[in-house]
Amino acid sequence: MTRKRAAAGSVYSGGPVDQKIVTHTLAVLVDNQPGILSRVVGMFAGRGYNIESLTVAEVDAKANISRITVVTTGTPMIIEQIKNQLGRLIPVHKVSDLTAEGPHVERELLLVKIAGHGEHRVESLRIADIFRARVVDSTTESFVFEVTGSSEKLSAFINLMEPLGLVEVSRTGVVAISRGAGAIMKRGEAD
Amino acid sequence: MAADRTAHKKPAQERLTGAEIVIRALVDQGVDTVFGYPGGAVLPIYDALFKQNALRHVLVRHEQGAVHAAEGYARSTGRVGVVLVTSGPGATNAVTGLTDALMDSIPIVCLTGQVPTHLIGNDAFQEADTTGITRPCTKHNYLVKDVNRMARTLHEAFYVARSGRPGPVVVDIPKDTQFAEGLYEGPTDVRHRTYRPQTEGDPALIEKAVEMIAAAKRPIFYCGGGVINAGPEAAQLLGQFVRMTGFPCTLTLMGLGAFPASDPLFLGMLGMHGTFQANWAMHDADVMINIGARFDDRVTGKISAFSPHSKKIHVDIDPSSINKNVPVQLGIVGDCKVVLKQLIEAWKRKKLGADGKALKEWWKQIDQWRARDCLSYRNSDKIIKPQYAIQRLYALTREMDPCITTEVGQHQMWAAQFFGFEKPNRWMTSGGLGTMGYGLPAAIGAQMANPGKLVIDIAGEASILMNIQELSTAVQYRLPVKVFIINNQWMGMVRQWQELLHGARYSESYTEALPDFVKLAEAFGCSGLRAQKPAEMDDVIKKMVATDGPVVVDVRVDKTENCFPMIPSGAAHNEMLLGPADEAKKPVSEEGMVLV
Repeated sequence: MTRKRAAAGSVYSGGPVDQKIVTHTLAVLVDNQPGILSRVVGMFAGRGYNIESLTVAEVDAKANISRITVVTTGTPMIIEQIKNQLGRLIPVHKVSDLTAEGPHVERELLLVKIAGHGEHRVESLRIADIFRARVVDSTTESFVFEVTGSSEKLSAFINLMEPLGLVEVSRTGVVAISRGAGAIMKRGEAD
Repeated sequence: MAADRTAHKKPAQERLTGAEIVIRALVDQGVDTVFGYPGGAVLPIYDALFKQNALRHVLVRHEQGAVHAAEGYARSTGRVGVVLVTSGPGATNAVTGLTDALMDSIPIVCLTGQVPTHLIGNDAFQEADTTGITRPCTKHNYLVKDVNRMARTLHEAFYVARSGRPGPVVVDIPKDTQFAEGLYEGPTDVRHRTYRPQTEGDPALIEKAVEMIAAAKRPIFYCGGGVINAGPEAAQLLGQFVRMTGFPCTLTLMGLGAFPASDPLFLGMLGMHGTFQANWAMHDADVMINIGARFDDRVTGKISAFSPHSKKIHVDIDPSSINKNVPVQLGIVGDCKVVLKQLIEAWKRKKLGADGKALKEWWKQIDQWRARDCLSYRNSDKIIKPQYAIQRLYALTREMDPCITTEVGQHQMWAAQFFGFEKPNRWMTSGGLGTMGYGLPAAIGAQMANPGKLVIDIAGEASILMNIQELSTAVQYRLPVKVFIINNQWMGMVRQWQELLHGARYSESYTEALPDFVKLAEAFGCSGLRAQKPAEMDDVIKKMVATDGPVVVDVRVDKTENCFPMIPSGAAHNEMLLGPADEAKKPVSEEGMVLV
């Protein structure tokens, strides 16, 4: 993918003409305080950056720290801007670019509801088995499946389930962590 | 025994009401002046203010004026400006000022009242989601729901406002928290949990930078408001370093005063209405040393044609400023003062020197550009040219080392072009946001901070009407600010753009009915003066300076004068228009029309 300039020579189109659009996964460690998510999301919206996926939860109760995982796209210059803009929010402890910093694991959790009778029910169970999905709720006319995996795997599962009576989808968005022994930040410490 | 025991006891932390804590924290932060406007949700704080003498309160006439006044105070002293306003409309009226301070990196702490905690979210009277509204227009903001966090939050607000790249911070204080009693804590040196801006430049990058600087053949220093924000010492160091190298230096609108205007190495301001020599030198440079400027679009013009052959060094305390608009070869995160010290140290230690021969050639070229005398205009003995009015103002007041504020528009650009600044903290203008109505309240703030100084607001007749009510404030506090109105009856810059870009269709840029500014001044209790002929100019300026108290001068100038030189939007530095003759030859491109 490339970004063409809307108007050649516009003072608002930074950088070389055809810069590649890249996708990066960022882990942002923040103070768990009211309004912090709004600050992060507002920064993206206000500056016109993309959010492909966003997850947030407290990860260190002792140090009062939440972790925001955000998947974003843009030119390399924009990605650098996003990291700097995040870093400059006062309650942000650390911004880690998992994509740039080395190998990492990305996972997402999906819940899908299939409603129907007969062949479709059997077929959906068969596919669920292939995807190592678990049945977490079952009635005579419905199943709820739980799947974890990469976003691509989840999307593939949804596509296969679509003709089999899929009525509702809920997915968490990506969570990610680096491979190996290193950690972004010491647990229990605000530093 | 009993007496002994109490003697060994630690002194109990003081219990104060939230409102008293506010006052105490401000005093402990060294604040002497607060600009504000009372209302229901801040009455307890105003009550506490009434019972003390350490803080002066300046009652403005509109909350926007309070923030601009605090900006003028901050910009002229380097200290944090403080604002106190009520909830709801008090806070929303302050938003323009806060945004202005954010864009120009001015340290402000703005205290806003809020409805009592239990009413928040109930659409109570004068309730507004102040932290929500001000989130994108402040550096940071706080809502204090617990009186025991009040002192710490206020001290933190001051730390955040003045540290790193300065900016406005809002502290929203619900009324019940102002009444409640809690413990007061003084300021401490505890490191902030998360916010610790880097002030020292990476030594390895400093080494690289001085090597690049020494190797330059066509160098230029391009410096901005960051040097001013780093304090007067930073400006001194900049002067020292520029003179050590013998390189030319240009300044942004926000940077004027960071390098002496009278220095032969100074090329004048750069950018859209900058000088011919500054913009051409930027365009043809091979090494650009940007210290505390942010590659604003008013400076760069067309990005793809911006200084195409130069290697760029960028020193900025805000990492997000580096590589935001213009990719640079060497980005150094750090405070301008500290980095300049490091650069000078490395330059001396390595015994580096500029390439004298190349530099001589470069100056020869620059002198040719200078010879174009780009700021010249055709003067008249019948009608006052706006440039002439400002030139005379400069000539007759420069010895007094005045503080100058401006509104926004043509007069602002002429002031930047024709008024020379030798020192920092003398020039206050709304650069990033371009806020009409900035100048008068900013002058009031600067005058509060500098009682003996001559403070002049160079204004336009349209801008001044946006905060004209503050004349009443100036009169109340006997602040002898001088309002020098360049009156052409047009929103001059709008008219100029309509002439250049919209086929001279002057849509709504002419003010049919203007007040009589002399009578208006008198109605407020100020003195009013008027100049209508070039021959009167000097006498009127002298009279303005000699008159005690606030003075409004209505200078009736040529109505059709345009501000040149100009880089039309969408054009490059080497495509400047020098005057009306150029304007006809080089019509602005369609792509330029869509830009602001």
